[in-house]
Amino acid sequence: MAQEILKSLKAALWFMFLTFPIMVIKVNTVYKTIEWRWMNMIFIGVGIFVGSFIWRWLLNRKDRPVAKKDFVPVSTRVQAYLAENPMAKRALQGVLLAALLCFPIFMDAYQINIFTVALMYIVLGLGLNIVVGLAGLLDLGYVAFYAVGAYTYALLNTTFGLSFWLVLPIGGALAAIFGILLGFPVLRLRGDYLAIVTLGFGEIIRLVLENWNDFSHGPSGIAGIDKPDFFGLELNLNQMTDAIYYMMVAFTIITIFFVGRLQNSRIGRAWLALREDEIACQAMGVGRTRTKLMAFALGATWAGLMGVVFAAKTTFINPASFTFLESAIILSIVVLGGMGSIPGVILGALIMILLPEYMRSFSEYRMIVFGGAMVLMMVFRPQGLVSNFRRKYSFHGVDERLGG
Amino acid sequence: MENILEVKGLTMDFGGLRAVDSVDLYVKPKEIVALIGPNGAGKTTFFNCVTGIYTPTKGDILVSSNNGSAVRINGFKPNRVTERGLGRTFQNIRLFPNMTVLENVMIGKHCRLSAKIFGALFRDKKTRAEELKAAQECYTILEKLGLEKACDELASNLPYGDQRKLEIARALATEPKMLLLDEPAAGMNPQETVELTHLIRRIRDTEQIAILLIEHDMKLVMNLSERIYVMDHGQKIADGTPMEIRNNPEVIKAYLGEDIDA
Amino acid sequence: MDYFLELFLGGLTRGSIYALIALGYTMVYGIVQLINFAHGEIYMIGAFTALIIASVLTILGLNSIAILVIATAAAIVYSSAYGYTVEKIAYKPLRNAPRLSPLISAIGMSIFLQNYVLLAQTSDFLPFPRLIPEFAFMEPVSHIFSSAELVIVSTTMIVMVLLTLFIKFTNIGKAMRATAQDKTMALLIGIDVDRVISVTFIIGSSLAALGGVLIANHIGQINFYIGFIAGIKAFTAAVLGGIGSIPGAVLGALILGWTESFATGYVSSDYEDVFAFALLVLILIFRPAGLLGKAETKKV
Ligand SMILES: Nc1ncnc2c1ncn2[C@@H]1O[C@H](COP(=O)(O)OP(=O)(O)OP(=O)(O)O)[C@@H](O)[C@H]1O
Ligand SMILES: [Mg+2]
Repeated sequence: MAQEILKSLKAALWFMFLTFPIMVIKVNTVYKTIEWRWMNMIFIGVGIFVGSFIWRWLLNRKDRPVAKKDFVPVSTRVQAYLAENPMAKRALQGVLLAALLCFPIFMDAYQINIFTVALMYIVLGLGLNIVVGLAGLLDLGYVAFYAVGAYTYALLNTTFGLSFWLVLPIGGALAAIFGILLGFPVLRLRGDYLAIVTLGFGEIIRLVLENWNDFSHGPSGIAGIDKPDFFGLELNLNQMTDAIYYMMVAFTIITIFFVGRLQNSRIGRAWLALREDEIACQAMGVGRTRTKLMAFALGATWAGLMGVVFAAKTTFINPASFTFLESAIILSIVVLGGMGSIPGVILGALIMILLPEYMRSFSEYRMIVFGGAMVLMMVFRPQGLVSNFRRKYSFHGVDERLGG
Repeated sequence: MENILEVKGLTMDFGGLRAVDSVDLYVKPKEIVALIGPNGAGKTTFFNCVTGIYTPTKGDILVSSNNGSAVRINGFKPNRVTERGLGRTFQNIRLFPNMTVLENVMIGKHCRLSAKIFGALFRDKKTRAEELKAAQECYTILEKLGLEKACDELASNLPYGDQRKLEIARALATEPKMLLLDEPAAGMNPQETVELTHLIRRIRDTEQIAILLIEHDMKLVMNLSERIYVMDHGQKIADGTPMEIRNNPEVIKAYLGEDIDA
Repeated sequence: MDYFLELFLGGLTRGSIYALIALGYTMVYGIVQLINFAHGEIYMIGAFTALIIASVLTILGLNSIAILVIATAAAIVYSSAYGYTVEKIAYKPLRNAPRLSPLISAIGMSIFLQNYVLLAQTSDFLPFPRLIPEFAFMEPVSHIFSSAELVIVSTTMIVMVLLTLFIKFTNIGKAMRATAQDKTMALLIGIDVDRVISVTFIIGSSLAALGGVLIANHIGQINFYIGFIAGIKAFTAAVLGGIGSIPGAVLGALILGWTESFATGYVSSDYEDVFAFALLVLILIFRPAGLLGKAETKKV
């Protein structure tokens, strides 16, 4: 025990030293004054002292092999229960749907807006999940496809007056084409190089949007984009908020449905196999480039669709909405929630988007918490909050599931 | 072409190292052929060249197509080679550890199925029928290898011997005309090896396919194969019937001390 | 001609800075096959530490050479400490994890450190004091090549030579080369691989800190975000030269520096960063092994 305390003490001292210049000293370069924030040093010391115990305890727990085998995480147990009890599953789905549908009745426009945003991130997360979670391709430039969708609608709408519903498929298709154009040359690269290339591509798209004034109106962006049109109805501001909310609910449900089906299809299987062992997978007759390209293009399509929705919802876009940070947020939704797991991604999006909104004082700490959480997740729980639950194909189950 | 596989002058260089040096080899339909040689002789590299994992430096690899003509498959991607009817296993087991046994086999079926994105999203009648049929066929393959009980297990949870068998099952699911097995008995006990010998022969008889296998277990090789090729230092040093190989002084020299009569 | 020379020297200066950062990427990659995404942040923290210490010392009234030395030393010490700690927290527990896990962890660490500095300090650009004096003998050429640039280029050259000697001749340098070739083998012959990895991070981070101080002094202002772009560019340089190769990193950095300098000088300055990213994408597509790296066939 004394040894443990010593370890924690050492860690605390080390971090107090480490954070000293940045946490303690603050120089005002204009007035040439120095502010010494010694309290911060004390916070760090105490925080690390405690945190160090927890850190070591968690590391030990992770390394214990016995605990690993027998321990079934709560999320897996819940999912297994739901898989075995279709009635319970239906009931849960019904309740959730009803709650989603009734939500606008009880809430004001502000709340509805926040929820609409959360739903958009769920869809974006699920789209990226196809690429990262299922196919195992780390795409750090996902936001580029989102930007393609958004600018497609913004430009087609403001210059040619094309309507939202017409541009929606165009935006999705264009994003898919971009995905294929980028994916084709880079998908044979090793995983980490792929990550960097996609990052570079995302930045290129953003920088072009920022600098090509004639085309994209540069940093000032495009304003006055039309909201979506719903059957030609005249909607006031509140009704429009509700309508977009319901549209997003529909979108989310469709996405969940489609991604679920993809996961359990011939292609979904190939994605998983490719992620597990690329060489064996190819040797078993799966075309690598083609299969990866499919994941990339599908993921991009969803981003493109959401981009159109985003432009229509906010009626104003500029390149600042499409920075690497945005890609990082969507990625951390997937990582935090659980790569490859639909409920995980939903949970991840809700936590990442709603928590900072509702805890205003927390919102400036949002990115630091995201970053820290990504590290902690990888170290202690790489499968995410909700581990990916693979539906077991018991052989008789195959009959039921596919025949029915 | 009467042979199912014909390799001429195959050469593979890694930087300065010539791992395979102008090797000739052929396999006739329904034949069991063994490829043996000391460690590092270049056997696995030979397999990797034939199955498209490496692109050979020189030589021709010909496979007979369905209409009997020969197709040169050098530089084909591994999946194209598999589509042409060559299924393989790996020396160091390469299953998909976090997928179930049945799913592993279904990956083998992948290239014989046709469901596209549309089918996946809308799960139409044709797609459902195809998936069901594929699952049933894969289950049948597992039954043949005695793995059907484990069908829902994760591949990584199988005992070692069963993992080797699962590799064979997965390769069979690609509907090969010829199976390439890289040390299928490695790590098995004598009892399991005997069973494997029967299994391999049974596969050849029931599936009517050719088998080319790399193996260090001489008993299995001598029992099973109709012809044997011997490699050493990348070169083919002998070929012939088990009887001929057993008495070939070159081979005995290559193994130097290793007992090939075991 | 003067313009060409100015661009050439400007590119050389840029390239030198990229080289200092790129070495950290390349050395770490050579040993643990990880793209240390947080490396740019280590560089940023170096610059910040130098800025903070220098500002404090300026207020205390020290002379500028003393400030320069102390601030640089502090930057190097702190950056190494951060690099060392980041490795222990975010990468070491993931040594045996799937390849993408440490990369995601690195991205998380990068975001964390950026926001840590943002929250603890400020999001504004801070003016960085000019610590490098104007040398009298540089007077005649100062319109195309400033004293600060001279210091940057010569420091980089000296550091390169020292690093090469270090890796060639010291024991730990030899251990680093052995570990880069074959980690298992290195372990078997009794090399303390953990220590080698730590030393690699420390050296890489010190070089990045040096780069941070020099560039901050040259440009005159910094903020919490400078590490991101610089990091990606340095990574581009490392890949361009062939990641894992030390001369490759320097070569790649110089090529990148000149590309940027000439492209912005003769083509358009709006797209400065696009050139770097485009170069990165093209290199990875057409020659992923880089200029000095060899393509290897993965053993199956
Ligand atoms: N990708 C590669 N890069 C470099 N050298 C390789 C590569 N693959 C194989 N080799 C070398 O080629 C030679 C032949 O190796 P191979 O694996 O084909 O031998 P083998 O006959 O299968 O041996 P074993 O019986 O041990 O499996 C060896 O010296 C090996 O180190
Ligand atoms: Mg072998």
